[in-house]
Amino acid sequence: MYAYDEIDRTLVNERVSEFRDQVKRRLSGELTEDEFKMLRLMNGVYLQLHAYMLRVAIPYGTLSAPQLRKMAHVARRYDRGYGHFTTRQNIQFNWIKLADLPDALEDLASVGIHAMQTSGNCVRNVTTDQWAGVAPGEVEDPRIWAELLRQYSTMHPEFTYLPRKFKIAITASDHDRAAIKVHDIGLRLLKNASGETGFEVLVGGGLGRTPFIGKVIKPFVAGRDILSYVESILRVYNQYGRRDNIYKARIKILVHELGIEKFSAEVEEEWQAMRDSALQLDDEIVADIRSRFQYPGYQTLSDTPDELTAASADPQFERWLNNSVAKHQKPGYAIVTLSLKPIGGPPGDATADQMDAIADLADKYSFGEIRVGHEQNLALPNVAKRDLPALWQRLDELGLATPNVNLITDIIACPGLDYCSLANARAIPIAQELTRRFANHELAEMIGRLHINISGCINACGHHHVGHIGILGVEKNNAEFYQITIGGRADEGAVVGTLIGPAVPYDDVANVIEDIVESYLALRARPDELFYQTVERLGVEPFKERVYATR
Amino acid sequence: MPLVKKGEIVADAYLHLGDEAEIPENDSALVLAARFLADPEAILNRGHSTGVIWPNNRDLDELVPYLGKLGVVALVFPTFRDGRAYSQARLLRERYGYKGELRATGQVLRDQFVLMVRAGFDAFDVRKDADADAFAATVKRYSVFYQPTGDGRVTALHRRMQARLAANTP
Ligand code: HEM
Ligand code: SF4
Repeated sequence: MYAYDEIDRTLVNERVSEFRDQVKRRLSGELTEDEFKMLRLMNGVYLQLHAYMLRVAIPYGTLSAPQLRKMAHVARRYDRGYGHFTTRQNIQFNWIKLADLPDALEDLASVGIHAMQTSGNCVRNVTTDQWAGVAPGEVEDPRIWAELLRQYSTMHPEFTYLPRKFKIAITASDHDRAAIKVHDIGLRLLKNASGETGFEVLVGGGLGRTPFIGKVIKPFVAGRDILSYVESILRVYNQYGRRDNIYKARIKILVHELGIEKFSAEVEEEWQAMRDSALQLDDEIVADIRSRFQYPGYQTLSDTPDELTAASADPQFERWLNNSVAKHQKPGYAIVTLSLKPIGGPPGDATADQMDAIADLADKYSFGEIRVGHEQNLALPNVAKRDLPALWQRLDELGLATPNVNLITDIIACPGLDYCSLANARAIPIAQELTRRFANHELAEMIGRLHINISGCINACGHHHVGHIGILGVEKNNAEFYQITIGGRADEGAVVGTLIGPAVPYDDVANVIEDIVESYLALRARPDELFYQTVERLGVEPFKERVYATR
Repeated sequence: MPLVKKGEIVADAYLHLGDEAEIPENDSALVLAARFLADPEAILNRGHSTGVIWPNNRDLDELVPYLGKLGVVALVFPTFRDGRAYSQARLLRERYGYKGELRATGQVLRDQFVLMVRAGFDAFDVRKDADADAFAATVKRYSVFYQPTGDGRVTALHRRMQARLAANTP
C-alpha cells in the first residue's frame, strides 16, 4: 500500500474545500451550470438520468480495509446502500445529492481517497494490473510508477483542459491485465539489455466511436525520463488535438490523422527540448516513493498445506479453487478473485454490507489489502493458502464465491439505460439474462475462457469492441437493438472484434449468444481451443451463417 | 472587465486596438497578432510600449524574435475549456525566457487562477467582478504542488527530499 503523507493529505483537503466553495457558488447561482459542469466533472460528479453520480478513484486499483469501509459508509450514508465498481478502477455512487457531495468527499479524504480527475478533459486515474506487486514474473511493481504519474498528473497546470479525457495504463507483466493497448498512453514496464528499468510507450489506443489499438511510439524510455516523455506527448496533444468536434478530439484521432511517424517526430522534437528538466526522476526520488509502499510481512509457509488438501475433497471448493485462485509471487500465498458477477446480478455492484465484510476478510486474511480490476471484480491479493478453505466459506455466505472468473458469466457491462443519460439501450439486464442462461457452472467451464462485454452506446464504456463477444446497444425505430461483434481481445494481443451482421432486438440477444456459443462448441478444434482462437482460425462467417440462418 | 495584477485590480495602461483603428504614436497599445506581424518594426519603434494578442492556435516561432521588445503578450482562452494557452504560456516563460507581462484574456474565471499562475501568467483580464475581488484569496487556496513549472514553487517530491535531508543532518 502507498501511504499518504501530510503533503498528499493537504492537497486532497484543499481540493475538498475548494469544491465545497464551488458547490456553494453553484447553489447560490453565482456559477452557471455550464461553468460548474467542468468543475464538478473534475471532481468526479456526473449528472445522470435520475441523480448526480459520484465517481471515486481507486488509484492503481489498491484499497486498504479502512478505505473500503469508508466506501461502505458513503454508500450507506449518502447513497442507497451500494456502489458500482467500474472498468477503470473507480467506484461509482449513483444516487448522491449535490448538497451532500462535499461532505461525502470530506469523509473519503479522511482515508486518503478522492475523486479528483475521475472525469473531465484531464489525465484520468492512472490504472494498472490489479495483481501488481503480487503477480509471479512481473518486472517490478508498476504501482511505484503509477503513483509517480498520479502525482505528476494531479492538478497539472498545463494539462487540465486538454481537448478530451486522457487515460494512462501501465503493465509490468507479459500477460497484460491492464488493457494498455486501448489507452491514450500505454506503458509496458521492462528492463533493457543493460538492465535499466524503463518503458515501451504506446500511444493512441482507445475505444468509443472509432476504436484504435495503441501504436508503439518509442520502444524504450528510461524510467528517469518517463515524466518528461509523457509531458511531451501531452504538450503536442494539447496544442494540436482537435477541439472542433468532440468525437475527433481524443489523441487516437490526432495520431491517426498525422500518422504515427509524424506524431512521434513532433513528440521527439519537443522531448529533446525539455528532457533535461526538473521532470527528470533521479534515483533517490523514485526510491523515496518506493519506500512509501508498504509490503506485507510474508511468512515462510507451505505451498501445499494440509488444510488445502483436506478441503479439496469438496467439489464445490475445488471448483472455486481452480477458477478464482491464482498463483502468487510468494510460496504458500495465493491471489483470490472475488466475483462481483453473481448469477442474475448486475455486474460490478457491491452492497455496503458486502464491502464491510470484505474489508474484515482483508484484515483477517490479506494483510488488510483489497484490489480492484478492470473486469469489475475485486481481489484479495495476499491470502495464505492454508486459509483458503475458511475464506471460501465466508465468501460463499456473502455471495462472493461464484466460480465464474474469466468465464462466460463474468460479464463486463456499463450502466446503460438503467442509469446513463447517453444510453441507447439497456446493458445490465442483458448481462443478467445471459448469466441466467449460462448459470450451469459445468457448462460454463466446458466453454472455457470467454469474455462478454456490453455497452449501452457507442462510447464503449463496457469495452464491447475488445470483448471476445461484444454487445453494443443501438437505437432503431425507437427500440433497443444490439450489434454483436466477435473475436475482440483486450490483452497483449489486443484486436477489435468483427461485426457479424445486422443488429438484433433486445429479446433476441441471449438467443443469439447461445447460438454463437453452440457453433463454437461444434467448431472448435480441441476442447482447449478458446472461443477467440476459433474465431481467429475460421473468421466470422460460420458464426454469422448460424445466427442469421433462422433470423 | 477588471484587470488583475499582483493580486490587485488595476487600470489597464494599454489601449486595445481593433484591426482598423489607427496605432497611436504616444500611447501604449495592444494589437492583434496579424497586424503586429504585418510591420513589427514600425509598431515597436514608436517609443511606447507594445503588447500583442496572440491566438492560441498560432505557432509561437513567429513571435519569439520580438519577445525582448514587447511589454505584454496576451494569450487567449476562447472558453475556459480550451487549454492551449497554458502550453503557450509555459513555453514563453520556460523555453523562450519571456520576462514581460503575460496576460490571460478571454473566459478567465476564478477556478482557473491557480493553474494560470503556475503556467506563468501574471496579469488577468477577469470576466466577473466577484472573481477579480476573490483573486488574492483564491490563489492562496493551494499549498501543495506536484509538478515543476517555471513559477519556481517547490514540488511535493522535492519537499519530501528536503524534509528527509533535514532529518538526516544533525
Ligand atoms: C454512467 C455514466 C457514464 C457516462 C455519462 C459515461 C460517459 C462516457 C463517454 C462520453 C465516453 C466516451 C468518451 C470518448 O471516447 O471521448 C466514455 C468512455 C469510457 N467509459 Fe464511460 N461513462 C459512464 C459510466 C462508465 C462506467 C460505469 C464505466 C465502467 C464500467 C465507464 C468506463 C468507460 C471507459 C473504460 C471508457 C473508455 C472507452 C475508450 O477507451 O474510449 N464509464 N464514457
Ligand atoms: S457506454 Fe454509453 S450507455 Fe454505457 S455508460 Fe458509457 S455512455 Fe453510458
